[in-house]
Parts: sequence; structure tokens; C-alpha cells
Amino acid sequence: MSVTKSEVRPGVYYDSVVLMQLQRKLAALPGVEDAGVVMATPANLELLADSDLLEAAGKAARPEDLLIVVRAGNEAEASSALAQVDELLKQRSSGGGNQAFRPRSLAAGIKNLPAAEWVLISVPGRYAAKVAHEALDNGKHVFLYSDNVELEDEIALKQRGAALGLLVMGPDCGTAIINGVGLGFANRVRRGPIGLVGASGTGLQAVTVGIHNYGGGVSQAIGTGGRDLKAEVGAASMLQGLRYLAADEATQVIVLISKPPDEATAARLLSEAQTADKPVVVCFIGFAAPAEQIGNVHFAQGLDSAARIAVGLSNGAITPPAIERRAGYLRGLFSGGTLAYEALNGLQNFLHPIYSNVAIRSSQKMADPLHSQAHTIIDLGEDVFTVGRLHPMMDNDLRLRRLKQEVEDSETGLILLDVVLGEGSHADPAGELAAAIASHRKTRADIEFVALVVGTDEDPQNTEEQIQKLEAAGARIFRETSMAVDYIAARLGAAPSAAGKALRPFSEPLAAVNVGVESFFDSLKAQGADAVQVDWRPPAGGNETLAGILEKMKGKS
Amino acid sequence: MVDINKANERAVSKMMEARPILKGVAPAKDVIPGMKPNLLLHAGPPIEWARMSGPLRGAVIGALLFEGLAKTEQEAVALVEKGEIEFAPCHHHDTVGPMAGVTSSSMMVYILENETHGNKAYSNLNEGYGKVLRYGAFSEEVIAKLRWMNESMGPLLAKAIEASGGIDIRALLSESLHMGDEGHNRNKAGSIIYTAKLAPWIAKVAADNDVESEVLKALGDNALSVLNPVMAACKAMAASAHGIEGSTMVTTMARNGTDFGMRVSGLGDQWFTAPAEVPDGLYFPSFTSKDANPDIGDSTITETAGIGAFAMAAAPAIVTFVSGTPQDALNATLEMYEITIAEHSHFTIPQLEFRGTPTGIDIRKVVELGITPRVNTGIAHREAGVGQVGAGLVRPPMKIFEDALVAYAKEYRL
Repeated sequence: MSVTKSEVRPGVYYDSVVLMQLQRKLAALPGVEDAGVVMATPANLELLADSDLLEAAGKAARPEDLLIVVRAGNEAEASSALAQVDELLKQRSSGGGNQAFRPRSLAAGIKNLPAAEWVLISVPGRYAAKVAHEALDNGKHVFLYSDNVELEDEIALKQRGAALGLLVMGPDCGTAIINGVGLGFANRVRRGPIGLVGASGTGLQAVTVGIHNYGGGVSQAIGTGGRDLKAEVGAASMLQGLRYLAADEATQVIVLISKPPDEATAARLLSEAQTADKPVVVCFIGFAAPAEQIGNVHFAQGLDSAARIAVGLSNGAITPPAIERRAGYLRGLFSGGTLAYEALNGLQNFLHPIYSNVAIRSSQKMADPLHSQAHTIIDLGEDVFTVGRLHPMMDNDLRLRRLKQEVEDSETGLILLDVVLGEGSHADPAGELAAAIASHRKTRADIEFVALVVGTDEDPQNTEEQIQKLEAAGARIFRETSMAVDYIAARLGAAPSAAGKALRPFSEPLAAVNVGVESFFDSLKAQGADAVQVDWRPPAGGNETLAGILEKMKGKS
Repeated sequence: MVDINKANERAVSKMMEARPILKGVAPAKDVIPGMKPNLLLHAGPPIEWARMSGPLRGAVIGALLFEGLAKTEQEAVALVEKGEIEFAPCHHHDTVGPMAGVTSSSMMVYILENETHGNKAYSNLNEGYGKVLRYGAFSEEVIAKLRWMNESMGPLLAKAIEASGGIDIRALLSESLHMGDEGHNRNKAGSIIYTAKLAPWIAKVAADNDVESEVLKALGDNALSVLNPVMAACKAMAASAHGIEGSTMVTTMARNGTDFGMRVSGLGDQWFTAPAEVPDGLYFPSFTSKDANPDIGDSTITETAGIGAFAMAAAPAIVTFVSGTPQDALNATLEMYEITIAEHSHFTIPQLEFRGTPTGIDIRKVVELGITPRVNTGIAHREAGVGQVGAGLVRPPMKIFEDALVAYAKEYRL
């Protein structure tokens, strides 16, 4: 037999919502069949009567009284339920109840964290480009972890980013460290003066770890995604990163990491690297480095050596002063074949395109050795030139004629000549060459002349005198090929592209909106960064038809 | 080519610029366009008798008894089944009504006039709590209450409102949102403001002290007394934004207890409907969700206009309908920013640093993000005449937004 018990609390007011909650909790207690918690107004008493919850005590209650009624299986259960009323009234829901708002759209995420300069994106590849474009629309740098993004989308994103001064790291960018905060997969490394840009995620991780373990520290580690150095993408992100680090006061040494890049892209990057007034350590795995060091550019053979060199340089390396760029093409007119080959080997990494009749790469072959094109290095001792005449080391006639031809070419900017002295050579090569240079400089003052003089103080031509003649004519003299290569690479490297704005500065502390993989959000929070998680879902729940309509509608606004 | 964003900006601006003033009270047949003796208006999208739910049927019977068109329940049903009675959505007549929303030709209705754009909207008077017509009750006491409202309360309110020169409901809402109301489920503060604004004029125009006292008590005791003018005000705002070419903004959400219906500014008068859902909420003693009727009422016009559940953050006292904490109330409003076009220029939320309420539902955003609008609502018993059994939260079915999007693509040849 059920027992109905009431409790009247005179003059006690609670909002009806509190009462309904209490009632629900009472009804859920063991043995309780039904419960009613109401202010004892006539209407409410009627309700209770309708559900058999009204007995004597309740009937006597007044409208301003709180009436609590339980019907339970037995007396003890009813009493026990009523005894718990105060406890139940104090209960507050918890566990998830205080969860901060989780936005569903990037727009709302940004609105909730206006300070965020970064958007981390790890949604499925087919949706990623759209989200990344939206991040750019909102003026945010992008860390694009998603893979399976179309190459055209990557190019479009990076072009937009460059125009806006925004960085697009990725797609397929696994790691970055910005202002000491790791994005995606990143090791915890101390902060310091070494800034990195890497097209290889684990490569970047390995070098940052190496730097840390050698006692150095990282200012920024910028990822670019694995395709950034492909010809189509043209190292768009790496160039942005490189320029950012070159201008960044906290960065003293720059490290570039990649698998072997496209030739033209490598030339572009390396010649850009030369314009930094700080050392740049280049680690292109599998790339045939021309030297250990060319100007401020150091070539590392592996990830560990890149870390080691960078830490060494950050401990007080002297950086050669940056050489001012100039326009025009190189025309190298060599009498010595190996000298020509060595110059080409060094310069091909910086000057692009470059052609030669002693081509190292098939792309460098000249269409016609008699006519220079773009940057050109010619060995005038090749058979095609020497048939029926003396070798140019003995007879300057051929070189003087070619010199004139180059001077008449409006695209010529710098002419490099080797002057090889010693037994058997022409008795006074500098005399004839200097006279020609002096005369040409009258008509083409813009052309720069560089001479590579190979000789000793004991050679019959008198090396000192030869040098003086050339210098008097206005030529710059080098005694080793590598030095000439350093100079010319720095002088004629590609002019920094006008396209693209400087990256917007990375403010501290780092704040980011994470769209996708939640562990990246957790990791940001664990590192003390301000972050918002966007609970992203495919547009229209993945319904292609509706998503298609939405896409068309975007074109209408 | 239509610019959707611009069209939506225009629509939402119109809705926010609309300034509905409560201008008077009069019999429906005198003011509501197209109103006639055998016409009953009801909440939600169009529906025929056969598909009407319990509470709507009950309210229809009650209205026929009230109008004297039938003397008994049986007579009323027979009259309807013979096809003597016409039904139309309130929305087809610039009218809105809470719950069943049944409005008949003699009933006194509030007249709201949008001073900015000149359009008008109407709503019946609020009956208070307990057994009431809007929940499908039609007992003698219900009809007697309606009679009193029509004969005593209505005429007095009419005179008082006229004497006051009109009450700015938008301004009233701006204020009540700062006092813990969200304008739909909670209108406690608004009803007190309303009563306070009218009281001096009621005192001034009342001929009979007893009636004056009864009317003031009815207004003051009823925390929903302002709900009906608020709904009509929201209707006037939303209606001013309807019919803007290319706009994807929702201008009507309404339920008839069977279907949830929606109309979109740029898609004319076509309704998008799907079966209404049962609200998730808290129940009065002895009731459970098994007793609940599917969602009913035109009161979703409040959410349509940017208040109600959209302003939940302003009403922490009723957050338990959502699930429990003030943070949840904030989250409810923050979520609605995701699917709306603007932040209201007149309705602001102190708890969100006076940010405007999320206003103007964009069907594009609803479909893209998979977030349907939130609606705070009372819950009706599924049987006629029992009344309210609880209150809670409900969302419209996603299908109506998807259908509207497809219809838009067709209409605008996308």
C-alpha cells in the first residue's frame, strides 16, 4: 500500500523551475512513485488532487506556502525522500555543465577569441582549403595539418596568403613552433636565436631537437608542407618564412630544411638567403652542395650537422656583409674549362636560368654557343671555338670579339673573365683585356667587369702588374673561383620578388583557433596558449546536394 | 544577380528598425483583415481538422462554444465535421497566438503598429495559468474567463491604452531583457513593466473600481500578461522583413501541435513544414514526456525576432530548462550567433557585455553548420483540456531548413 506524505514550508518561495527540478529528483529516489513540489495555489492543489497527491496537510496549505508531496511504496521510503529535500535543493548540476561554449563555425571561433592570429586546421582534406580560405579572409595565419589537399588549392592559398602578408603552413604541415608554442607535433625546445623554416615535418622536429640538445634554442620553427619547394608552388611559404626570420630581431641564425627542391626554386631560395644579413644554414637532404659555405649560406649535409652548424653560428659567427643586388645577366667568358665548370657548379645554385657550353645539368645546354642567353658561362677553349685558331689562353682575339658581342647585348650586367698566367700563356693578357674593358666602359658604364686571375708572383707575366692593369680599367679582381662565385651569386641573385607583403608579426602570447583534431587544442592549452576549439563538421552534415547549393549561394554574395 | 548577404542585411535591418507600438484592443472582426464569424485562426502552419492535435481541437471547440456557434462539445465537433468552419493560420492574418493560438471573430485582440514601416499585427489577450483555452481547455470556467476578458478586461485595456497614447513594446523588451527576461518563456519583468505602465491609465479611465481591481490583479498576477503584445510586436518586426528578394532570413516559425512550419523572407508565402517534435523539458507534478503534445504555438515568433531562447543568456533564472547552469544559458545564446545574420541593435544582453541578441536566422547557416534554432516553450498536454504540463526546449526539424534551401535554389535558379 502506497503512502503519501507532505511537507508544508510556510512562506517559502522558489522559482517554479527550481521546484520542478526538485520534483524530478524526488521522483527518482528509491521507492518513490510520484512527487509534487508546488507553491500551494488553488490551481496547483487541484493538479495535485488530480494525480492523487493531495492529503490533509496539503489541503491546509496556503498559496504562499511551499508544498512538497511524495507518494512512496512505504512510510520509510516516503520519509526518507522528504528528509532529502534540503540536500536536493542544494545540488547543482556539474560535470560538463560549465563547459565553455564550443563553436561549430570558424567565424564563431574567431569571434570568441579575437586575439587569435593563428588558425590550426585538421579537417578532412577535401574541406580543408575552404576552411583555410576562410581563415585568410579573417586575416589569420594558417597552420594546415590536413593532407590530401589539391595542389591548385595549395597554390591559390599561398598566393592569397602572400598578398595578404599571411603565412600558410601546409597543407600536410605536421609541425611548427611559434613564439615557443608547438603547433601540431612539436618537441619542447628552449627558446633562442635560431629560426627555422622546414618543408619536412620530422626534419624540422629533428633539427629543433638537435639544436636543443646542443645547447641552442629556437626563435621560430615554421613549417611549409612537403610540396612547398615544388616548382609549381615555388617555395612560397619558405620564402615568406625566410624573409620573416631575416627581419626578426630575435633570430640570429636561419636554418632551411627540405628534401631536394626544384632547381629554379632552389636558386630562388638560396639567392634570397644571401640577402639576409645573418647566416643561413641550408639542409636540403640529397642536394649536391657546391661548397661548405658560399657567403652567408652554409650547406649542411644532414639534419644533425644542420643543428650543429646553426648552434655554432649562433655562438658568435661573423657574417660577411650582405652584397647589394644588381640587375642584368652574367656573361662568363672563360679560357679555362675547369674554371668555367667550377664557376657554373657554384653559380647554378643561385642564378636561374643559367646556360653553358659545359653544362652540368641537361637544362643548362646552350641552344647556340655563339649566342649567350640569360646567365651564361662559356668555355672559349672548347673545340667549337678553337678549330683553326690558337687557344684563348694564348690568343685574346676570340675573347675580345665575344666581349664586344656581350657588351652590345643590353641584357648583360656583369662580365666575368678568367686570366690564366704562367708559362705558355699570352705574354700580356691583361694589357689587351684591360684596354678593351676601359673602352667598353665608356659606352656601357653599367656593365660590371670581374676578373679571376690565376697566377703566382713568379710567373713571367708579373701577376701584380697584370692585376693593376685590370683594376685600372675598372675590373674587380678575385684570385679563387669560389670567391668570385660568392661575389657574383650575391650580386646577381634574383631580386627579392615584389609579390607578397611582409608577414604580419607573430604577436605574443600566441592565441589560436583550432579547427579539427582536438588533441591539438589540448596541447595548445597545456602549453599555456589561449585557444578555442571549433567543433567542425562537414557542411550540411556531408550532404553533397545541400553543400553544393550552399557553395553556389556563396557566389551570390 | 541577387546578392544574398545584402538582401539579408536589408531584411535584418528592417526587422530591427521596426518599432511596434501597442496601440489598442478591439474585437478581432473589427481589425484583423479577412476576419469573419465562421473563421477560426490557429497557431502554426495550415492544418485541417483531421490532423489537429488534442490541444488545438480543444481550443477550436472552446472558441465555438465561446462564439455561441455551438452549445456542446458534440455540436462543435459536428459543425466542424460538416465543413461549416474555416481554419487559417494566424500568420495568414497578421496575427499570432500562443500555444493553440485559436482566435475567433469576437475575441478582443491587441493591435500593434510598427511605426517605422506602418504594418500592423495582432494577438489575443493572455488568459493566465491553469485551465485555459490556449492549452485546449474548454470547460465552463474557461469560457467564463474568456467572457470576462472580452467584456471587462478588454474594453478597459482598450481605453487605457488609447489614453496612454501607446506603449512602445520594443523599448519594454530592451528593458525586460536587462531584468532577467528572455521574452518567451520568461516575461516576469516585462509583465510587471507592462502593468506599471498601464496602471495609471487604467485608474484614470476605469468607471468601476471592482473591474479596475480585477483587471490590475489579472495583469499583475500573470507573469505572461505581456507575452501576447510581445508576440504581436515580434510579428510586426518579422513581417516588415518578409518578402525581400533573395533573402534567406527566416521570417516565420510556428507550430500547430502537429507540424512545425517556417517561412523565409525571399521565398514568398510558402510554408516549409515537418512533424513537430516533443519538447525536452521539466514537467509539472505527475506529468512526464509521455503526456506531452508535440510542439505548439506561434510564440516562436520571439526567437524569429531575436529574443526568447536566442536571448537565453539574459535569463539565468530559467536556465534549468536548458540543463542547468548559467554557463549553459550563455552557451545557448552563443550557439545562436552561429546561425544568425546580425546582433540586435536594441536588444542587448548584460551577461555578454551588452552584446546584441543573435538576430535573423539564416537558413544557409542552419544547414551548413547543422545547428537548428533553439526554442523555449511551454509544453501542452496531448489531450484537449488538460492544459500545460511543463516547459522546456525544442528545436525545429532540420528538414524544413533543408527543404527551404532546395526551394531557394530552384526559385533563384542556382
